[in-house]
Amino acid sequence: MRGNPDAHEIVAPGNLAAVLDLLAGAPGEWTPIAGGTELMVAHAAGRLAAPKLVSLWGIRELRFIKTGADTISIGAGTTFRELRADAGVAAHLPLLVKAASWIGSIANQSRATVGGNLVNGSPAADSSPALLVYDAEVELISARGSRRIPYSEFHTGYKRNAMAPDELLFAVHLPLRFARHRQYLRKVGTRRAMAISKVALAGTATVEKGVVSELRLAAASLAPFPVRLYKTETALLGKPINSSTIQSAREALLAEAKPIDDIRSTSEYRKRVAANLLEEFLVELRSESPPK
Amino acid sequence: MSRSQCMLRFTVNGQDRAVRVFPMKRLLDVLREDLRLTGTKEGCGEGECGSCSIRMNGALVNSCLVPVLQAEGADIQTVEGLATSGSLHPLQQAFLQCGGAQCGICTPGMLMAATQLLSINPHPTMAEIREGLAGNLCRCTGFIRIFDSVIAAAARNQSSDQAVHAR
Amino acid sequence: MSTNAKTRIVGAPVLRKEGVDKLLGRARYVDDIDREGMWPGATVRSTIPRGFIRSIGFDRRIDWSEFTIVSAADIPGKNHVQLIFADQPCLADGIVNHCDEAILLLAHPDKHKLREAVDAVHIEYEPLPPIFTIEESERQELVVWGSDNVVKSFLLEKGDVDSVWADAAHIVEGEYRTGAQEHLYIENNGVIADWNEAAGITVWGSLQCPYYVHRSLLAVFDLPEDKVRVIQTETGGAFGGKEDYPSTLAAHAALLAMKSCHPIKMVYDRMEDLAATTKRHPSRIRHRTALDKDGKLLAMDIDIATDAGAYSTLSSTVLSRATLHSPGPYVCPNVRIRSRAWATNTVPYGAFRGFGAPQAIFAIERHMDEIASEIDIDPIELRRRNFLHDGDTTATEQVMRDPVILDQLLDRALRESDYHAKRARFATENPTSAVKRGMGVAAFYHGSGFTGSGERYLNSLAGVDVTPVGKLRVLVANTEFGQGTNTILTQIAAEAIGIGYDDVIMAPADTGIVPNSGPTVASRTSMVVGRLIERACSQLIAMLREHAGLGEHFTSEEFFEASERYRAAHGEVVSLCRYEAPPNVFWDDQKYRGEAYPAYAWSIQIAQVAVDTVTYSAEVEDFWAVQEVGRVLNPVLAGGQIEGGVAQGIGYALYEKVVLQSGHMANNQMTNYIMPTAEDVPLIHVFFEEIPFQHGAFGAKGIGELPHDGPAPAILNAIKDATGVSFRSIPLLPEDLFEKLVAREIVEEAATI
Repeated sequence: MRGNPDAHEIVAPGNLAAVLDLLAGAPGEWTPIAGGTELMVAHAAGRLAAPKLVSLWGIRELRFIKTGADTISIGAGTTFRELRADAGVAAHLPLLVKAASWIGSIANQSRATVGGNLVNGSPAADSSPALLVYDAEVELISARGSRRIPYSEFHTGYKRNAMAPDELLFAVHLPLRFARHRQYLRKVGTRRAMAISKVALAGTATVEKGVVSELRLAAASLAPFPVRLYKTETALLGKPINSSTIQSAREALLAEAKPIDDIRSTSEYRKRVAANLLEEFLVELRSESPPK
Repeated sequence: MSRSQCMLRFTVNGQDRAVRVFPMKRLLDVLREDLRLTGTKEGCGEGECGSCSIRMNGALVNSCLVPVLQAEGADIQTVEGLATSGSLHPLQQAFLQCGGAQCGICTPGMLMAATQLLSINPHPTMAEIREGLAGNLCRCTGFIRIFDSVIAAAARNQSSDQAVHAR
Repeated sequence: MSTNAKTRIVGAPVLRKEGVDKLLGRARYVDDIDREGMWPGATVRSTIPRGFIRSIGFDRRIDWSEFTIVSAADIPGKNHVQLIFADQPCLADGIVNHCDEAILLLAHPDKHKLREAVDAVHIEYEPLPPIFTIEESERQELVVWGSDNVVKSFLLEKGDVDSVWADAAHIVEGEYRTGAQEHLYIENNGVIADWNEAAGITVWGSLQCPYYVHRSLLAVFDLPEDKVRVIQTETGGAFGGKEDYPSTLAAHAALLAMKSCHPIKMVYDRMEDLAATTKRHPSRIRHRTALDKDGKLLAMDIDIATDAGAYSTLSSTVLSRATLHSPGPYVCPNVRIRSRAWATNTVPYGAFRGFGAPQAIFAIERHMDEIASEIDIDPIELRRRNFLHDGDTTATEQVMRDPVILDQLLDRALRESDYHAKRARFATENPTSAVKRGMGVAAFYHGSGFTGSGERYLNSLAGVDVTPVGKLRVLVANTEFGQGTNTILTQIAAEAIGIGYDDVIMAPADTGIVPNSGPTVASRTSMVVGRLIERACSQLIAMLREHAGLGEHFTSEEFFEASERYRAAHGEVVSLCRYEAPPNVFWDDQKYRGEAYPAYAWSIQIAQVAVDTVTYSAEVEDFWAVQEVGRVLNPVLAGGQIEGGVAQGIGYALYEKVVLQSGHMANNQMTNYIMPTAEDVPLIHVFFEEIPFQHGAFGAKGIGELPHDGPAPAILNAIKDATGVSFRSIPLLPEDLFEKLVAREIVEEAATI
């Protein structure tokens, strides 16, 4: 244990308003900590820079899953265990359930939160690709009020996001309009469990009259943060799925993806596997929607 | 600048406990140092090996990743809370009979994970057992006899009147 | 003692002796132990791989008067860690030869202030050019060890290899590489040390060999034998990683204890343990093999190179075992093996389960499959045509006097795995499947116990005594670290006397109490030390019959009553035996000729592997291990050893990579050093054949290391079967599979245009 507990102040006001007042009173001074599955690793390694922490753990206003007529809203303090157990999420957002089962281990899922996963902003974040292809919106809240932005605009750079210093991620809102879409999510890690993504690909698509009518593709670990693959989508929209369009889609992805070499994997591997995952999705689409 | 310690209360293995500690101390260290419950182990400090696993408010958690402030008021179970006056818990008995423990260092965490698994899913499939234990690394057994132990304990539960006490 | 006698306890699945405590969480590992007045200790380590230490600065923001600081200058005796050679300093003195080399030791009552202080020591170096690979070391442009970088070399020759090439029907060459591997025991290295004028030094620790540590401390502190005491604590996994390293750690803690006048605890965290302690030797092995037209071996020319790291530690004995295992379980009239351990500026490599055999067996068993495809003979058939049988001689001219049943083991393995049917099925399924499946085989032996005259040199002493409260106590320095030492030795003693399993206890592995029965390594405990216990028990019965009226047949009660009569007359009831070499054992240490090992365990392993061509990842779907290890003393423990060893071997092949950047382990966290989880391991099917070995306890041979020897070649042979592509290097990660498989895809695409 290289961290020093005496070097960090941590408070737990216990309710959202008090937390927001704290953040408003000293913007940028307080680091929110939810389940701690990221920050406590840094603490043990002696790398936790934050001298002041405000605990979000157990704050009821942040911990909810509401299934409405056309939206599911998930509080940022919801754990992945809760996500996996929710009937509404299982019914409408199967990719999210799948992603939740990939987070660490059972023990990590009990503590890791949706908000933490997004705010930590790792390019390999497990829930991000699914949220992107589900057109998620994030709601940011502060003492000044709340605002929503598309999740696709949340990450602005490597471990940088659009939140102001006094803001907290409050909830993720997901529109329930993907019931008819074919859906795909696959993660490639170093092993079957407890693995950081080398690459992951999510997709939602509709095929009508033999052509791709809607397509959303998102990836982890192909860019400094999880991203939609807009150029690759463009290469396929309005086109039928055949070996020629699959090939050009692969090429579009290879050009769009900008992964790096790091301790876990190589850029070449990531690009190639991402293209293979895309092909796997497209082949599934083709087989399920025979051309007219 | 010195921060202040605070008084925190929680229940451990059915007993009310109170400690005066820095709130950012890891729950793992509080259990081991302040409460002298050394059954829970540290193997990595990163939440990867699971040897620090405990049950907190009915959920399996890695105690090395919990700041003790967040355990205030919690109901905690550690390996020391499994056996009941003189009798091994059925899982402990199964591990003993099946060879589920070799060096024993992963065993407390593994028992916690297995207890959690069987409390939610009394008759897990092999795939569910593997998933339930995926966060607990064992370097000695290759996991095979740990699987056998969980299957044996589950089978015994099926034929006995006593249900595994779920918290 | 007849090895074929019917037994009640030996061979039975009796419960693990210390199992209850482990399951209750009551077992006390070193970090669970506190001593009054104890301070934590920490190590300041080198940040460069090679260079002179020009200055050591202490940041003024720390009040250093609160700290105990130890450097090489504080060492009372010799500044070296005594293993084989004395080249490794206990603390660096003016020069460092690898990253993370220990330079200074610090102690302070507050572990957080201690941590800050470690970061507040500023060391200025004058860097020297380092070398990091076997090839760089071989070029000898930079000499970093001795006069030529060669830590050890062997040349083993049988027959006349060079007479064969010209006329051989087939000559096949191949180069095979294995990477470093980390033990990843779940309990990190740790010790507690205490010192006082009266008792001298006492060390408690997570370790395999109390007497190795004892011997090492005598030299560092220049103390007599009775002023150093080493006590093993419950140990959470070792696998060889606590065979040599604890000698260094114990010396560090004891130096701090001596200077601070406080007990000192030094328990590494995972980052430090991964970065700074020993790992398995990387290797490069080249084969050149001549065969006749029927695929019978005519000559094997083998070149072995291991990376020793910066200091020798156990590199010479690892190299020895690699050398002796490199020809495989085959008959070959002409053999030449040249082997060398090369020094580099990396953290010294050390003992790890298998000890050179996994490296050597990877090479030969991969090579056999390469030969098979090159000369178009089925790999199973190729092996059968060349297997050793009773009466054959090995590369060291050792005659196989004990039965060799490789054919039988192979038959069983093929049957249990349904090998032929599966291969046929995969051959039809693979062409249209994204997941390609294959089966691979490895055939191998593992020499039990120390090489050649090693046991004579160890001269082990072991035995039993009877305690006043009526227990038979086993007196050995051999340690339990999960593999079952406690259980096995109590089984042997209980059986040998004829009393109950619960009538027998183990004396603590404490050099103040037990004799030196040798280290717990080399798969020798059951076979060699168990045998000493057997003999000591026979001797005890004879003593009690002669002097205390013990009858021809007796109950447990009568045994203990006779023991008390003996104690009344003689003061104590103890029976010790010293090692006796089996007769007709001849070994030439210079020429490496003769009886290399007293006994061999034999095995066939088969892997079923699936290669996913979307992700380029290979997974072991199923695994069979068939072995002959002499008498199985406890089927639960024996099965557990095989399963655990296979799992580690799977990790060695497909998951575990040590990533070095400028000689420092960059992936020194469990999140980045990957071992298989419960979701990754296949079912492992274990089958024993038993041929009791007459010189082993109740017929036992060694078992602990054998299972780690075979998985890597079996798996890569299966991958070759599945994909048609040969891989000759481990760890084989998806990124490595990807390179070759994609290159082939490009070639195939080009061919179809």
